[in-house]
Amino acid sequence: MATDAHGAAEPGLVFHPMDQFMVKPLFGDGAVGIFTLTNVTLWMALTVAAIFALLVMGTAGRATIPSRTQSIAELAYDFVRKMVEDVAGKDGLKFFPYIMTLFLFILFANMLGLLPMAFTTTSHIAVTAVLAMMVFLTVTIVGFVRHGAGFLSLFWVSSAPLPLRPVLALIEVISYFVRPVSHSIRLAGNMMAGHAVVKVFAAFAPMIVISTGIGLLVTPLSILAIATIYALELLVAFIQAYVFTILTCVYLKDALHPHH
Amino acid sequence: MASEAQATESATGLPQLDFSTFGNQIFWLLVALVVIYFILSRVALPRIAAVLAERQGSITNDLAAAEDLKARAVEAEEAYRQALADARAEAQKIVAETKAAIKADLDRANEKANQEIAERVAEGEKALAEIRASALDAVRDVAKDVAAELVTVMGGKADGRSVTAAVNARMKG
Repeated sequence: MATDAHGAAEPGLVFHPMDQFMVKPLFGDGAVGIFTLTNVTLWMALTVAAIFALLVMGTAGRATIPSRTQSIAELAYDFVRKMVEDVAGKDGLKFFPYIMTLFLFILFANMLGLLPMAFTTTSHIAVTAVLAMMVFLTVTIVGFVRHGAGFLSLFWVSSAPLPLRPVLALIEVISYFVRPVSHSIRLAGNMMAGHAVVKVFAAFAPMIVISTGIGLLVTPLSILAIATIYALELLVAFIQAYVFTILTCVYLKDALHPHH
Repeated sequence: MASEAQATESATGLPQLDFSTFGNQIFWLLVALVVIYFILSRVALPRIAAVLAERQGSITNDLAAAEDLKARAVEAEEAYRQALADARAEAQKIVAETKAAIKADLDRANEKANQEIAERVAEGEKALAEIRASALDAVRDVAKDVAAELVTVMGGKADGRSVTAAVNARMKG
């Protein structure tokens, strides 16, 4: 009975905007264990494959005058490298492969998630939280290894008047620990919201099948809305990858040069 | 029925907060990240860095080569100008030398001609003088003969010595 109510026979519009985010096993219908091959596995593998195709196969020619694909690979390389160098400084370049990994993973996961029927791995807080925690731990460890207790001067704003400093220190400490939270929720939230909105509009699209009168108005509008939101989502997919990466660089700069 | 209602409920809830899938996601995420990291740090990034460095190198080389060629062009132009100036100077010199040589020849020829003319004039004068002298002698002889004849005809006796003296005295006058 419930399945009937859930199925296609149900009259009216079907709203399941969150179904796209469900983690499902690829084979069978069992529970999801740690090593189960799921749609997460599939789309992460596709992300890796896309990165491999662009950065390894695309540059296989090693041409002095690059092909189109090689140009894009070089562009991505220069883009991230310059970002690291400009924001974190020359000594931040040691972390360039690490930051490039984050950037490419997020960018390709976001972009692949925009394909119809795709699963967006970066819309899950579990994934983005791990990414953010990795950055947080790296930055904290690097900070303490490089500067020892001197890293704590990050929280001690020496340019502020002395009585204010303890208050500022408290605020700085709190903001420091909030970083991974905002870092991860920003990315997951953006991805999830956009995809959910597209799905909601998509649910309105078959209105014309149900009621021709209303459908004539609603169906074209919702299709237009899907296209518009999709274009916006393309932008967001890139911008969120960029924002995540540049914040990583900023945090890394704090670790390398904690003195204000 | 109750369990099915439960299922639909969980399906409509946020899949992101379904903690039972976290382990799976995190595991595969870490696998993916490690693979990407190795692809990048072992293959892709060194390769792209090498390509970019090589391109930078060849651009620098090409610029240096262009600079070199330009310098050589300037040098060649300089050499051409120099050669032109040398040739002009040489031509000038040859012209001057030739002029001088011709003038010298001319002077020499003039001098020679003048000398010849002077010689000829002298010769002529000498011949003239000789002719005049011989004419005078002839005139004297004729005058002596005529005087002697005249004296004889007039019935005198022509004394050779006095006739000659008389003729000579007359001819001096």
